[in-house]
Amino acid sequence: MDKSLALLGLVDTGSSYGYDLKHRYDEVFGRGKPIAFGQVYAALARMIRDGLLTTLGEEAGAGPDRKRYAITEAGRDRIREWFSTPDRPAPELADNLFVKVVLACMLDSDADELLDMQRSEHLARMRELTRIKQHSPLLERLAVDHALFQIEADLRWIDMTSARLTDMREEVRRNG
Amino acid sequence: MADIALNPATTVPARGTPLIRAIGLHKSFGATKALRGIDLDVNQGEVLAVMGPSGSGKSTLIHCLAGVLAPEEGQVVIGDTDVTALNADERARLRLERIGFVFQFGQLLPDLTALDNVALPLLMNGVGRRAATVRARKWLDRLDISDQATKVPGDMSGGQAQRVAIARALVTQPSVIFADEPTGSLDSVAGEKVLTAMLEAVRESNTTVVLITHDARTAAYADREVIVRDGMLSAASRGVAA
Repeated sequence: MDKSLALLGLVDTGSSYGYDLKHRYDEVFGRGKPIAFGQVYAALARMIRDGLLTTLGEEAGAGPDRKRYAITEAGRDRIREWFSTPDRPAPELADNLFVKVVLACMLDSDADELLDMQRSEHLARMRELTRIKQHSPLLERLAVDHALFQIEADLRWIDMTSARLTDMREEVRRNG
Repeated sequence: MADIALNPATTVPARGTPLIRAIGLHKSFGATKALRGIDLDVNQGEVLAVMGPSGSGKSTLIHCLAGVLAPEEGQVVIGDTDVTALNADERARLRLERIGFVFQFGQLLPDLTALDNVALPLLMNGVGRRAATVRARKWLDRLDISDQATKVPGDMSGGQAQRVAIARALVTQPSVIFADEPTGSLDSVAGEKVLTAMLEAVRESNTTVVLITHDARTAAYADREVIVRDGMLSAASRGVAA
């Protein structure tokens, strides 16, 4: 998962201090693996350098930091580009897709479309593997079957998430 | 298989050009809008998977494409025939001559042998019994179930019965096969074998297939998939189809 993009997406839900962003990240995406303050500030500094974020001036926040971060138009473009780019099926996919879907709900972006694009990407990979399988000896077929079942598990998650989007949007708004 | 020409009046488009064209399909059942403006092309020789959640409109879509249901709005053209301009009798004739169906549970006639089940659509199309039997045997052989010819469906395994159902769908050399969860009642290995046998046969004969399935591994045998949600094609499906 790209933690910088997750932080960028959180800033897109409303300008925020680094300290608050770290806690918001842990609450929404941390799942037992909190992000280090150092990582947060390094990512924020990089995104300011790249023009994706800007600071709104120094004032007292809830933590020791005094900078309030806001997303720029380039930052919003980066988020849109990220949402509209399906990921190649891979072991770390679930994390990345989870973050994208949650952020899409928080930002009122089209999470259905995002999931559909991902489903198409998965099915395209399954077609590719199925073609390989049809002309392979048994041992290779077994290996390809293993990959197919893994992709299928992702697809089931995509279908389940797709069916739960309305509830998810409500929950995200309630906790917003 | 050129022994009997059942569909001499049909112009068969070249592979890769649309055989089925659906434009702006709307269909309601009472207050429920099952289809809400579907546009879809299916090319000659293409195997298309139709996916989507239960109740999304998949079955209504293929019933409209196959002329089983008439949409309230929109048009379905198969080859050079405007299906939506036909009356119920003409649509029934079209289905008999040019369309094959495969269902989840085969739906073979339980009192007929495998051979008679497969020969039946030919007999209904006016083919003589001897020619129909010869042709039915060829299809049983092609689907590797010649040894089941004299058995009734109740004495066959699920996979064997489903192969008979596929032979029955293909025996009239239809332009298009509509298959609704054709391997849904079979275990993974049997389902895969049946699907492979069906697709080998349709690809050899350049038959177009529209396949409804919940199963991604089944859909992966298709050339492409479309996803129906709330009576519409998903944005990603429209992009793929464009």
